[in-house]
Amino acid sequence: MTERQAVTDAGSSTDGHGTADDLLRIDDLVVHFPIGGGMLDSLMRQPTAVVRAVDGVDLTLRRGEVLALVGESGSGKTTIGRVIVKLTRPTAGRVTFEGQDVTKVWSGQELRDYRRRVQIIFQDPYETLDPKQTIYDFVAEPLEVNGLGSASERRDRVLGALEAAGLRPAEEYAARYPHELSGGQRQRVVIAGALVMGPQLIVADEPVSMLDVSIRTELLRLMLALRWERGLTYLFITHDLSLAWVLADRIAVMYLGRIMEIGTAEEVIRTPRNPYTEALVSVSPSPEPMSREGRSERTILKGETPDAVRIPAGCRFHPRCPKAFDRCLVESPPLFDVGGGHRSACWLAEPGADIAGRALPVVDAAAAP
Amino acid sequence: MSLPVPPSARDGITPPDVQTEELEEQEALEAIAKIDQVAPSAGITTAAQRRQRPLPKLADPAAPLLVVEDLKTYFSTGSGPVRAVDGVSFKLEHGEALGIAGESGCGKTTTALSLVRILPANAKIMSGSISLMGIDLVPKSDNALRRYRWREISIVFQGAMNALNPVRRIRDQIAEPIEERLGESPKAARKKAGDLLELVGIPRRRGDAYPHQLSGGMRQRAMIAMALACDPAIVIGDEPTTALDVMVQAQILELLEHLRQKLGLSLILITHDLSVIAETCDRVMVMYAGRVAEEGPVDEVFRRPRHPYTQKLMAAFPNIRADRRTLDVIPGEPPDLRQPPPGCRFAPRCPFAMPVCREVVPPETTFSGVRVACHLYPVGSDGVPVTVPPAMAVDALPAAAAG
Repeated sequence: MTERQAVTDAGSSTDGHGTADDLLRIDDLVVHFPIGGGMLDSLMRQPTAVVRAVDGVDLTLRRGEVLALVGESGSGKTTIGRVIVKLTRPTAGRVTFEGQDVTKVWSGQELRDYRRRVQIIFQDPYETLDPKQTIYDFVAEPLEVNGLGSASERRDRVLGALEAAGLRPAEEYAARYPHELSGGQRQRVVIAGALVMGPQLIVADEPVSMLDVSIRTELLRLMLALRWERGLTYLFITHDLSLAWVLADRIAVMYLGRIMEIGTAEEVIRTPRNPYTEALVSVSPSPEPMSREGRSERTILKGETPDAVRIPAGCRFHPRCPKAFDRCLVESPPLFDVGGGHRSACWLAEPGADIAGRALPVVDAAAAP
Repeated sequence: MSLPVPPSARDGITPPDVQTEELEEQEALEAIAKIDQVAPSAGITTAAQRRQRPLPKLADPAAPLLVVEDLKTYFSTGSGPVRAVDGVSFKLEHGEALGIAGESGCGKTTTALSLVRILPANAKIMSGSISLMGIDLVPKSDNALRRYRWREISIVFQGAMNALNPVRRIRDQIAEPIEERLGESPKAARKKAGDLLELVGIPRRRGDAYPHQLSGGMRQRAMIAMALACDPAIVIGDEPTTALDVMVQAQILELLEHLRQKLGLSLILITHDLSVIAETCDRVMVMYAGRVAEEGPVDEVFRRPRHPYTQKLMAAFPNIRADRRTLDVIPGEPPDLRQPPPGCRFAPRCPFAMPVCREVVPPETTFSGVRVACHLYPVGSDGVPVTVPPAMAVDALPAAAAG
């Protein structure tokens, strides 16, 4: 159905896909959502279309790292997070956690065990919290559902999680309702709810994007402190490259269901090797006044990310890529290693690519398929 | 009676002809290049004509475009008035872009909504003046204010999807105010609406679309077209790019910049995002708890922030062009504006707070064109920025823990 976005063996394999340090591994993940196809559509003879939300992704989360998955809307970043926490079933591919294939874990004790170890924090605490439930009941709920511990053990764990999330005195916060808390405190409750199960991996989907900067920093610090205190691993999903820059060890940049570039934060932001990342970095605003020259050096891409229903042939980024050349129209680039585990899905990153000679924009937009 | 039936949601996701889309993109680009030509037929004044633009009656041609003085807007609540805007003054010159920055609840949006008096029912302008070309808008009746709202000062709201009517075609929504406020014929208004769409980079024929058939960026462009419909002198953008992806945000900010240059518009940009202001505005006004903390040219304020709140706010912002992991925290929370602290409102959170800060409201002093309200910079001082201790690294903690 899709050609695999293979990792080339070129270059170092120290970053190899699959070592003992891996906590979670995704292999060739594909998530397609059929749309239409209802009775009305068949009556109307509407062809069924498929949204290719995730279209062949390999990704490894190393134990204890913060990996930022960055992309614009429609990049598939959230879908990957949902697959990892078992909220979405993949169409194809494999998910391995602690060396165990968990792709087919969808029920029973196995699923409960997995969910204790892998938790998710969503963007909007207003939607996650139930206004009619006390903070205690919200945090205790997963323990009760899983029948963990005695009543007094549960109480200790809930209060411990609230304290770890910075809600002190925990007893006082436990008795409150969500509307009695500030936005920052609500998100701390959500974090406590994730911590109470003692997870190893936390998938954080835009956990701070609705908060003011001052509250945001406090929460980011809390999450990073917890990482060290509890040995947590984070998959941090965000549209904000600047945020990824300040808090991630590694950054993976997604576009239309594929990883375009992955490497350490330094590599990806300071020496991007993919034209899409280059453009994103160039337009990411910073609170430093920009000179006229600085402004003209920005690469503002034309148009918007196309619908994942009609992914362009060849490199999916080619219709918007300022550096596209003939090969990009027909062939999808694999992730080339450009050194030390820094990888880019771009023909210009191919080992030995004659960059100067090939970077000519020979794409005629009107003639593109 | 027949209601316009919105096409099913499926139409929005059925793959349109790729060629058409590329053609549209091309047209959109050309449209931006020819703002000068399109503007006159859309009834929009260009920069070159702005001086000859007819002024409202009683306008003083020599007066600054907009002068706000000691504006106070309070919300009445069961537990007393909330002093959302409490003595705000600023000036906007012709063709200038002013950014108003601050966190939720600082009063930036209430300040803007006070200018066009689109306020919630429990909010009221208590005192102060809003002089537009020398005309004070505050004493005007709601009816008299209509002459100025949209026609002199218009506003682009944040959520285009909420501000647009989902069951009406884009072109009709833009044509309506032209018909109603400028008294144009329906046909002329629709033609102008098409011109306006071209002006903001939406191909004219896309005017047939319903809001849900447009992308987020295109919807925001349509909102800008609506704001321009009555040829205003000032456009207020209330978080105009906040919900958009970074690339689309860059496109919209670029469009606003082009429109400002080519049409000689004046902009007031309200955002919590300092970086948006740094890249688009001439001046910045940082608000805290209903008051102005610091105001001045972007270059000066962002390079040499004086007010401790401005410094903290900037340090709390992730900066992709600076070193990693230097995010600062602003301890505590903003004050309750029903009972604000008596002196400087930032004092309870300020690393430099002195006894005087807790008792006396700091007066505004001016250095290098920057107004700052802080006791660190008394009248007659040299105004050299007093800086906060260096930001602690975001993960300063683990240095020990990581071993």
